Amino acid sequence: MKKRRLVMRSVILLLLGAAVVYTLYANFTKDTKQKVAVGAQAPDFALVDMQGKKHKLSDYRGQGVFLNFWGTWCPPCKKEMPYINNQYHQYKDKGVQVLTVDIQESELAVNQFAERLKLDFPIMIDTDKEVMSTYGIDPLPATFLINKNGEVVDYYTGELTEEKVREFMEKIKP
Amino acid sequence: MNDVKCECGHVNPHGTVLCEACGKELIIQTNTDQLIDMRYEGSARRSQTYNKTIIDKIWNFFSSVKVGVWLIIITLIASSLGTILPQEMYIDLPADVYYEQEYGWFGKLYYQLGFNNLYGSWWYLVLIAMIGISLVICSLDRVVPLYKALKAQRVTRHEGFLKRQRVFGVNEAASESDFSTVKKRLQERRYHIREENGDILAEKGRFSRWGPYVNHVGLIIFLFGGMLRFIPGMYVNEDLWVREGETAVVPETDGQFYLQNNKFILEHYDKNKDKTFEKAIDKAGEVVKNYQSNVVLYKRVGQNLPGEKPTLKKVKDYKVRVNLPLTYEGYSVFQASFRNELNKMAFGLTNKQTNKSMGELTIDLRDPKMKYDLGNGYSVEILNYFPDFEFAENGEPATKSRVPNNPAFVFRMVTPDKPKGETSFVAIKQTIEPFGDNQYKMAFKGIETTNVSGFIVRKDATLWVIIIGGIIFMIGVIQGAYWNHRRIWLQNKNGEVWIAAHTNKNWYGIKREIESVLADTNLNMPIDQAQIEETDKGGV
Repeated sequence: MKKRRLVMRSVILLLLGAAVVYTLYANFTKDTKQKVAVGAQAPDFALVDMQGKKHKLSDYRGQGVFLNFWGTWCPPCKKEMPYINNQYHQYKDKGVQVLTVDIQESELAVNQFAERLKLDFPIMIDTDKEVMSTYGIDPLPATFLINKNGEVVDYYTGELTEEKVREFMEKIKP
Repeated sequence: MNDVKCECGHVNPHGTVLCEACGKELIIQTNTDQLIDMRYEGSARRSQTYNKTIIDKIWNFFSSVKVGVWLIIITLIASSLGTILPQEMYIDLPADVYYEQEYGWFGKLYYQLGFNNLYGSWWYLVLIAMIGISLVICSLDRVVPLYKALKAQRVTRHEGFLKRQRVFGVNEAASESDFSTVKKRLQERRYHIREENGDILAEKGRFSRWGPYVNHVGLIIFLFGGMLRFIPGMYVNEDLWVREGETAVVPETDGQFYLQNNKFILEHYDKNKDKTFEKAIDKAGEVVKNYQSNVVLYKRVGQNLPGEKPTLKKVKDYKVRVNLPLTYEGYSVFQASFRNELNKMAFGLTNKQTNKSMGELTIDLRDPKMKYDLGNGYSVEILNYFPDFEFAENGEPATKSRVPNNPAFVFRMVTPDKPKGETSFVAIKQTIEPFGDNQYKMAFKGIETTNVSGFIVRKDATLWVIIIGGIIFMIGVIQGAYWNHRRIWLQNKNGEVWIAAHTNKNWYGIKREIESVLADTNLNMPIDQAQIEETDKGGV
C-alpha cells in the first residue's frame, strides 16, 4: 500500500515535471535558437550575381564558403566590405569562395556600391527575400562560415575587422 | 500505517477521522463538544497523513490550498508589472535602445530585469506551471477520499456523528404517519431516500460536490492548450507585407505558399450614398467603410532552391477584408493594415534660364535605371541613389533603409552645351548644386504612390483545446455554485427520533426546507447549533 502510493505520486510528479521542463525548454530555444545553427548543414540556394552568373551553394562543395548578408544602408556592412575584398584576393587560390547576398535592394544601388568600393567578389541580390528567410537573417551584417562539407562552422553578426575576416577564412580553408 | 476497523464493521484507510460508513469518531479531536468539520466528510486527506519521503514532502507542499492561493497572488502581482511599460512586441525600436531612450533610468532597469518580455520569461512560466501543478495535486488529494467517503456512507449513523452536526434536534417518539408524511414530502422535493431499520437518509445534489474538481480539470486543459502552442507548427502568427502587383512568400509555411496582391482597396462612407450615416459622417469627417486586398494564393510545385524562381500553381482568388480572412489548410490570412508608399518620381531636365523642359523621365524608386536617354544629346545619369535619405554623422549623404520613404538623387545632367555634365543633388524640396551654379536643373514633375497591404498570417491548432478547457471550467463552476449537496437524517436512537442535517452551502435554504417538510407534524424543527455557539460566545 505504501509502495503503491509512492509509485503513484512519483509518476504524477514526474509527468507534471516533464511538462514543465518541456515548456521551459521550448520557450528558451524559440527565442535564442538560430534557424541555421552552427553545426547544421547550410541550406542550399541559387542566386544570380551582378555579372549574370548563377551561383548555387552546393557548387562549392569541397571549398570553404564565406557567406555574407548585407545592405547599403547598414554602416558596419560598408566598413567591413574592403576587408572582405582584401582577404578574398588572398584566399581565392586557397579554396575559399566568397559569396555575398544583398537584401532586396535595387540593382542601381548595389552596382554603385560595388563600383565605389571596388569590390571584386560575387554579389547577388535576394529579390524575393527567400534566402534571407531560409537563413533566418535578422540583424545585419550576418556572416556564415561554411566548410568544405557544407556545414556551418561559425556565425558572426556585427562589424568584422580585417583580422577576424582572415581568421574566419583560415578556419574554413579546406 | 494500517487501516482502521470501526465498531460498525467498516474498514477505513489509515488517518480517517470519521468512519466512512457510520461517522463514528476514529481519531479523537481536541474538544468533543465542538461541531464536526465536515468539509471532506472526515476522510483521510492523504497528504495530511503521510509525510515520509521527499516525494511526499513535494506532494504535500503542492496540495496546500494556502500555497495555491499565494501562488495566485504572486502571479497576479507579477502580471501587473508587465503593464507598467509597453512590452517588447509592441515597440518598433530594438529593446536595448527603446526603454532607456523613452523612460530613462527606470526604462533601463525595466529592460535589465527582463520585464520587456515578461510574459515569455522563464520565471513567469514557472509561476504558471506551479499553479498548474498545484491544481492537479490539490484536486487529486481531495477528490479521491471524498468520493470514497460519500460512496461508503451508510444510512444509520453513529450517535456522536449526529449529535455534533450543525443542524440537530431530538424528538420524543414519532408516529408512523408523521414519518411517512415527512418521507413523502422529502420525495416530492426530489430527495433520494434510503431506508434501513426504520432510519432514513434523504440526500440530494451530491453531484454538485464534484463541481470544483470539474472546473479544475477545465483549467488544467486550458493550461495544457497554452503549452501546446510551444510545439512547432501548432501556432503561427506572422506579419506579411505585399506591395500591389507583387508576389511574396508566406512566412512559416516552409516556402510552400505565395501570395500575390493584385489591388488594395480603401473605401470611405459616402454621405450621399449612405444617408443613414449622414449626420455621423458630418461630425467625424472621413470614415473608412472597407479595407480590402484582392489576392491570389499560389502553391509551390516541384522542388526549387530558395532564390530560384519557383514554379507556382494557382490555388484560389480571394478578396481579403477585415475579419474575413483567406483560409486554406489551417492557415488564415487577415487584412490587418496598409501603407502608402512612393513608387515613381517624375522629373523634367529643365533649362534654368528659359524654364523649358528638354525631356522628362520617370524613375521607378525600387529599380531606377543608371541612365535615362532623353534624345537629342540630352541624358540624365543617376550617380547616387538614396531611397531613405539622411545626412550621416560625418555629414555625408546616406540612406536609412531600402524603403523609398524619402528619395534623394545625385544626377549628372548631360546636355549638348554641357557635354561633360552638371551635377545636382535633388531630394524632396531640396536641390543642392555642389559644384557651383548649374545651367540646368531637374525639376520635380510629379510623384506616384502605390499601396502596400499588411497581412497577418495565422494558424492556431491549439484553439479548440483552449475552448474546451474553458467550457468545462464553466460547467464546473455552474455545477458547484448553482446546486447544493443536502442531506437530512431521521434516525431512531434509544426510543427517540433524532433529526440532523448537513449541506455544503446555503444553510438558510436547507433549514427552510426542513421547516416545510416538518410542518403540521409532531416533529420539532432541529436547532442550528452554530448559531447557539455564536450567541454563547457573545455572552447573550
